[in-house]
Amino acid sequence: MKIHEYQGKQLLRKYGVPVPIGIPAMSVEEAIAAVPTVQQQAGTDVVVVKAQIHAGGRGKGGGVKVAKTRADAEAAIKQIFGMQLVTPQTGPAGKKVQRLLVEQGLAIEHEYYLGMLLDRGTGRVTVMASAEGGMDIEEVAATHPEKIFREGINPGTGWQEWQSRRLAKNLGLSGKVAQELATFLRTLTKCYDEMDCSMLEINPLVTTKDGRVLALDAKINFDDNALFRHKELEEWVDPSEEDPAEREAKKWDLSYISLEGNIGCMVNGAGLAMSTMDIIKYYGGAPANFLDVGGGATAEKVTAAFKIITTDPDVKAIFVNIFGGIMKCDTIAQGVITAVKEVGLKVPLVVRLEGTNVELGKKMLADSGLNIVAAADMADGAQKAVKAAGGSK
Amino acid sequence: MSVLVGYDTRLVVQGMSGSAGAFHARQMVEYGTRVVAGVTPGKGGSKVEGLEKVPMFDTVGEAVQKAGANTSVVYVPPPFAADSILEAAAAGIDLVIAITEGIPARDMVRVKYVLDNEYPHVTLVGPNCPGVITPGQCKVGIMPGYIHKPGGVGVVSRSGTLTYEVVGQLTALGLGQSTAIGIGGDPVKGTDFIDALAWFADDPGTSSIFMIGEIGGDSEERAAQFIKDNIDKPVAAFIGGQTAPPGKRMGHAGAIISGGKGAAADKIAALKAAGIAVAPTPAEMGSTLAKLLA
Repeated sequence: MKIHEYQGKQLLRKYGVPVPIGIPAMSVEEAIAAVPTVQQQAGTDVVVVKAQIHAGGRGKGGGVKVAKTRADAEAAIKQIFGMQLVTPQTGPAGKKVQRLLVEQGLAIEHEYYLGMLLDRGTGRVTVMASAEGGMDIEEVAATHPEKIFREGINPGTGWQEWQSRRLAKNLGLSGKVAQELATFLRTLTKCYDEMDCSMLEINPLVTTKDGRVLALDAKINFDDNALFRHKELEEWVDPSEEDPAEREAKKWDLSYISLEGNIGCMVNGAGLAMSTMDIIKYYGGAPANFLDVGGGATAEKVTAAFKIITTDPDVKAIFVNIFGGIMKCDTIAQGVITAVKEVGLKVPLVVRLEGTNVELGKKMLADSGLNIVAAADMADGAQKAVKAAGGSK
Repeated sequence: MSVLVGYDTRLVVQGMSGSAGAFHARQMVEYGTRVVAGVTPGKGGSKVEGLEKVPMFDTVGEAVQKAGANTSVVYVPPPFAADSILEAAAAGIDLVIAITEGIPARDMVRVKYVLDNEYPHVTLVGPNCPGVITPGQCKVGIMPGYIHKPGGVGVVSRSGTLTYEVVGQLTALGLGQSTAIGIGGDPVKGTDFIDALAWFADDPGTSSIFMIGEIGGDSEERAAQFIKDNIDKPVAAFIGGQTAPPGKRMGHAGAIISGGKGAAADKIAALKAAGIAVAPTPAEMGSTLAKLLA
């Protein structure tokens, strides 16, 4: 689960992680009203107006503006709010800006990079930091890996103070600023652990001319598997950031991702679903989605999945690829038949069934009178689906 | 011959009174697995439908002491699964196979830390995996038993249904399996490719190996190096997610290309550089290994 920068900063503030003074706004009026408050609280006229969308690279697309006066701030707010913000991560269509963060401007001494995520190799959450802040950290990692310093967190003890001291030394910080960094890391690592974060990125982390350490940006992702422990996060879901089909799929606990192609896929198992996309591409087609109906799906869930696929206007053919283990082939057949009865079938349907109760499933489909193209195996099914969708591109 | 599970396996099913636990316990008994006990806290002494001969206990400790269990399979729901894995380890179980999907990463980080430090002799397979099967002897997990056939191919895979796919293809080609191990799709897990590959290398009953990887992490790259350095048996492989877009989680918590790492192309290149035959499509997994053995 992803959240907005302003929500991330609210969370960090709650944990005592230093963040700039700022007020989120859901409209132009709210944002304009926030400017004098921020100016007053911060004791400076300089404010920063930041577009709140989930994609990164907002500054490059003109979604972040520094304003030195109230008039400048109002102009920036009117310019950014409602704009279609295009960044390297939004795709060419961009995202409409419907939320802003009005924040205090800071006299920055230096920008650093700070990231936290799970290192699968060691099985430990790892803090990564670099003095090359604000830059694309992937580029730093590729060209100057020695400039990124890592500290793994021992699951038995948690973050240790000596790790802060070592990191400060590596980043060239000493004295009061090093102590500020220690406080920052102590609170940040506590937040990551307690909130079941899966990724936390502060880029940039800044030191100010007056010796403080603050999170100038905050990108936080949570472990979807742990959301049952954090019901409070539900209110931070921003529906406008989600694909409508993906949102519908989530209701049914289906693993679904919209893609650009025209062959709708319904598969059981994540690995097989990914490989089904691969084989469609291999034969010259393009999948319209990734969809794993899971192992224990009911006929109702299969029906819901099938409806999600058929509502995508780009879908020109459907490929159902099932190797039943826990998932029984007759359950799939029942779900498909019900869905077609309810919403109709306007495009060719290719079905490959294998595994548990395969004969029963095939018989049900045959008896249903539906116009189904049967496939002998995965390769056969993929080729037939590509052909039905209009051939290879 | 085989690895991990076989005729000696005495299985306790954790979460046997739940619907998944009960269904699969019946399937395992039907396959011939020796299911000696079931455990659900608070359900000790009760009976599970279709499993009347299998005693139910409140704790894994009782299953070990009273029923002689040496292996555990975990079907417990995600919020309680980490606790169940550690209970099994503390009770003296040597092999814990965790099927449960959706365990929080934080829980697994702690489980792995405790197992590594306090129970280094315990082998964990999974979580979020289909389990382990030695065809003809013992099935522990959720895989359809009938597609398997005893033989010499060791199978190790991060994906459940893709394991069925390769096993189905191998069986159709007349190539049986020594043991098929699903290591699961989570970022923090017990057994990894290298562990399974080492077991297969030492197992006289395993004459060749098929490995199924997927996007995310760098386990496949490390496995490729391990195979190059340590394994003389023929190895074929497949990597799922070759067309997956970066930044999207493909169902499995671990299957995501992030920070420019974990792409299928890099994994395939590493495998090929190590002299491993890589199937171009998932439909050619069995035939790729068959060609190698011809």
